[in-house]
Amino acid sequence: MHGRLKVKTSEEQAEAKRLEREQKLKLYKSATQTVFQKRQAGELDESVLELTSQILGANPDFATLWNCRREVLQRLESQKSPEELAALVKAELGFLESCLRVNPKSYGTWHHRCWLLSRLPEPNWARELELCARFLEVDERNFHCWDYRRFVAAQAAVPPAEELAFTDSLIVRNFSNYSSWHYRSCLLPQLHPQPDSGPQGRLPEDVLLKELELVQNAFFTDPNDQSAWFYHRWLLGRGCVSPPADPQDALHCLHVSRDDACLTVSFSRPVLVDSRTVTLLLIIDESPLPVEWRTPDGRNRPGHVWLCDLPAASLNDQLPQHTFRVIWTAGDIQKECVLLKGHQEGWCRDSATDEQLFRCELTMEKSTVLQSELTSCKELQELEPENKWCLLTIILLMRALDPLLYEKETLQYFQTLKAVDPMRAAYLDDLRSKFLLENSVLKMEYAEVRVLYLSNKDLTVLCHLEQLLLVTHLDLSHNRLRALPPALAALRCLEVLQASDNAIESLDGVTNLPRLQELLLCNNRLQQPAALQPVASCPKLVLLNLRGNPLCQTVGTLEHLAELLPSVSSILT
Amino acid sequence: MADNLPSDFDVIVIGTGLPESIIAAACSRSGQRVLHVDSRSYYGGNWASFSFSGLLSWIKEYQEKSDIMNESPAWQEQILENEEAVVLSKVDRTIQHVEVFCYASQDLHEGVEEAGALQKNHASVASAGSTTAADLACPPPAGESLSTASSEWPEDQTPSADPEPALEAHDAVVAGESANHCDDNACVLSAPEETGDPVPAAEDITEQPKKNRIMYSQIVKEGRRFNIDLVSKLLYSRGLLIDLLIKSNVSRYAEFKNITRILAFREGRVEQVPCSRADVFNSKQLTMVEKRMLMKFLTFCMEYEDHPDEYKAYEEMTFSEYLKTQKLTPNLQYFVLHSIAMTSETASSTIDGLTATRNFLHCLGRYGNTPFLFPLYGQGELPQCFCRMCAVFGGIYCLRHSVQCLVVDKESRKCKAIIDQFGQRIISKHFLVEDSYFSENTCSRVQYRQISRAVLITDRSVLQADSDQQISILTVPPEEAGTPAVRVIELCSSTMTCMKGTYLVHLTCPSSKTAREDLEPVVQKLFTPDTETDIENEVEKPRLLWALYFNMRDSSDVSRDSYNDLPSNVYVCSGPDCGLGNDNAVKQAQALFQQICPTEDFCPPPPNPEDIILDGDSLQPGPSESAVIPEASPETPKETAELGKPEELSE
Repeated sequence: MHGRLKVKTSEEQAEAKRLEREQKLKLYKSATQTVFQKRQAGELDESVLELTSQILGANPDFATLWNCRREVLQRLESQKSPEELAALVKAELGFLESCLRVNPKSYGTWHHRCWLLSRLPEPNWARELELCARFLEVDERNFHCWDYRRFVAAQAAVPPAEELAFTDSLIVRNFSNYSSWHYRSCLLPQLHPQPDSGPQGRLPEDVLLKELELVQNAFFTDPNDQSAWFYHRWLLGRGCVSPPADPQDALHCLHVSRDDACLTVSFSRPVLVDSRTVTLLLIIDESPLPVEWRTPDGRNRPGHVWLCDLPAASLNDQLPQHTFRVIWTAGDIQKECVLLKGHQEGWCRDSATDEQLFRCELTMEKSTVLQSELTSCKELQELEPENKWCLLTIILLMRALDPLLYEKETLQYFQTLKAVDPMRAAYLDDLRSKFLLENSVLKMEYAEVRVLYLSNKDLTVLCHLEQLLLVTHLDLSHNRLRALPPALAALRCLEVLQASDNAIESLDGVTNLPRLQELLLCNNRLQQPAALQPVASCPKLVLLNLRGNPLCQTVGTLEHLAELLPSVSSILT
Repeated sequence: MADNLPSDFDVIVIGTGLPESIIAAACSRSGQRVLHVDSRSYYGGNWASFSFSGLLSWIKEYQEKSDIMNESPAWQEQILENEEAVVLSKVDRTIQHVEVFCYASQDLHEGVEEAGALQKNHASVASAGSTTAADLACPPPAGESLSTASSEWPEDQTPSADPEPALEAHDAVVAGESANHCDDNACVLSAPEETGDPVPAAEDITEQPKKNRIMYSQIVKEGRRFNIDLVSKLLYSRGLLIDLLIKSNVSRYAEFKNITRILAFREGRVEQVPCSRADVFNSKQLTMVEKRMLMKFLTFCMEYEDHPDEYKAYEEMTFSEYLKTQKLTPNLQYFVLHSIAMTSETASSTIDGLTATRNFLHCLGRYGNTPFLFPLYGQGELPQCFCRMCAVFGGIYCLRHSVQCLVVDKESRKCKAIIDQFGQRIISKHFLVEDSYFSENTCSRVQYRQISRAVLITDRSVLQADSDQQISILTVPPEEAGTPAVRVIELCSSTMTCMKGTYLVHLTCPSSKTAREDLEPVVQKLFTPDTETDIENEVEKPRLLWALYFNMRDSSDVSRDSYNDLPSNVYVCSGPDCGLGNDNAVKQAQALFQQICPTEDFCPPPPNPEDIILDGDSLQPGPSESAVIPEASPETPKETAELGKPEELSE
């Protein structure tokens, strides 16, 4: 037809393309080979730069070739005049930029640029910042470029305020930007340094309120955007009295038992006590006593609780009292307790406040801030009843404000949250268990008793067991526990343990409990008599109830158990 | 020219409006031999854009209604016995009620001319705002009443019902040869700000140096900075026209800018409507809860069809009633109804409203934070881009070339040829004729609607912001229910449609009365006429420097059957419709193209140069660029949107 263009058919086009690609592959392969040969032969000259640039220009993720280039450049540094080097560097920077255009998310390219810039005598940082701004304009979430920007900003000593303004500008464009929010969390503490004495990582209230407003804008606009919620959580931790990141070691509790001739120490965090290097000193009545420290389970791994046997001499009842002092040399802290004449045990325990006992990540100088955050989150939750981030934040805020006051409400929110986020049901169960346990411990502390009731709480996991050093009666019945974990061995005073109606399969924690007399394990999932093995190490156990466990169905179980636990007078199956 | 014109084509297109130009391009691209003619001296018909002087001549043309009857060679004798003629109109009847007002102060110097005007006609500037009768032809000056009472509007104007107002403000017409307004772009003005400008001494001694007031003479002088659209439209960034521009690669001939903001007029104030996610996040006027409500509702609208239970019960209601049932504050209801769905209390049903909202949101984020694009240098660029493509594939162009009649074969009832102004008989297989070319006989049964239009030049934006380079769209709802809303599009100078320091404001609505009657109330709400006296007081509203009102025929949606005696191979293209987007034109073009070339693809992408097989005899691809419209060669303004590479906001 008139005026019609003749155009190649699609087969012809495909064939032409195929040939072209074949040709490219050939070149790529031969260039790679040549580079490797030259490198082996030590011929690190400009020709290697040329060859590698051909390959890296097409595929900037070839890390070995970047190494090659670095080797060449290092060698040339000593051979070339300053002018030649300057030209070389300029070419290299230009080449890197062209590689970044091919792939703006190539680790190798950005790393090479870092390397090059840090070697330059007079790097042009302003230009690098401009480069970052340009790449971030194209893709504001390119974290490679963000990394590089932080490197440049640090090298060039860009004032944090300027960088903060830069993050502002990108958040305004699109607030779904982890990198930008994260950068703020680095910049804000720099901008508002706390006096040396005060804890680091805190922010002045006015700054905090401004940031909270900004981030609220984000999650009210799009509550499903995680980045804002994460930043929110970080902000809510900025009032920390002692931030979790930098905990001070503390000795929580010291307990001495005359009967067991044993002294137990509980730490605020897991530590390793090595008896040979004497990091934990014991001084009895003002004279040091070398002892062997061990963990309750006997495994001597880092743990909260360490104990030692005491020689009979140090516990004689002739003196009106014995004073026991332990010194933790690594943390330069000590604690003292007294065993009075006629008493079976003595202890010293920190007065229990929630903050000390259970570090909460959300803390504020003033609870009004947390309270107002809670109000806005509840407002949002009303609009978005199914938003998991909002629900979780509400729970955490309530926790930080007053765990006991909000206990009931928190449990309701947990229920809703589990329904809307079934993927994380197990995580939420565990979190809920943790909170409930903490609450129970607090209640127990207030009541100043040594009995802890945790029955019927849907617990799935046990934690904070190191806090329960002094507990004598523990009721865990009617929960969803699957194990009594090794940490349970820390309950050195435990006499009665009720754990019926759970789904317990293993009893690793019921071991070396010097005072345990009764163990109730009805309606659990103990399959084999062998599962009772750890219990054998509890010297005072007299009653063991195993009714309703699968092992009761097996013939010969009772005999087996009698053999395993000869000292237990009453075993019910 | 006539001598050279071939006399045999496949398709003859009469009129260079957007639909005609798209069809011409599509046909030419598919290998049809296309002749594209327009009786006017410029491209685009009612889709054209003019420089200021070009617009003045256009105004003059319609105000004078001077039917310059060229003595054309008689066509009657060329009609054979078995043929008859469908006579085409010589007069354009699509524009009515043209009224012009000048409020900018006018210095006494005469003979101010547009810089770079092609032809130094005697040009005088009327002094409507001046009390000194400087010009004989000065009508009852618009400024007279204004100078006394600032809120008063020119009541003493010729009643606009009179279709032929006596010579209004201007007899000042510059440059007869304003035809090729594209040249404006190529012409780089040296634009002396004040230096070479003869400023009256009186101005100099006014005490305080206020913000430079724009004088009428400046507007005339910098007239080439203006590209004033007759029809005010925007491109939906996912509309049919954008798709077509990208698909056909015509987009390379044009540049676009994103509309920067959506405005609303509420309780007497202009405010910005947050419509994108980023807007909502950054908005200072919404409360947190409102932010959530708005985002939630908009998210629902995006996929409302998937949640029928949410709206089924309200299907019988109007959209505004439906909005009331949703968890939205009155504030938000207003934004959604007027500025996002761009409808009114009574106009649309729930479904229509939801569809409009979804369409709006769907376009959001493709090229920026609003759903709309505006072509740099004006809407008038678009028909020309398609003409250019047509020419590249061999189409032949003749402007200022009128057609006297269509020749119809009595027996087959098919059109065979046209007879042009020179009496040349040109045969073709298909004939596309724009509505305005038909004579009154042909259209006697057609009921036309009208569009009311106003074009204003102002000194600042209706909503000032950090940047003075904002492109805004504002919907002003009607005061009384049932009357249409007025669409206001405000263009800044970086759209290359007005001079620095001014804004070009387009108002559009379906007509119920004359354009001035329809639109003046809105103009009064938004602007203050620029008068000498009350410079001090009125600072709240932007000053109105110059205004033009006119009614344009809306020939869209006219059924083909309402035209009398159309041969089957004569197709009708409509003029501009009143809608905001261009979908109507594209749909029409595509439908007509498919009638002409049922088997051909509509504007397929041009082949890659390396895929074109060049052998000796075949025609060279991309033939003579001589037939091509002179292209604008502006310094590329920044931030222009490049079609085809949308930055999708991925989330």
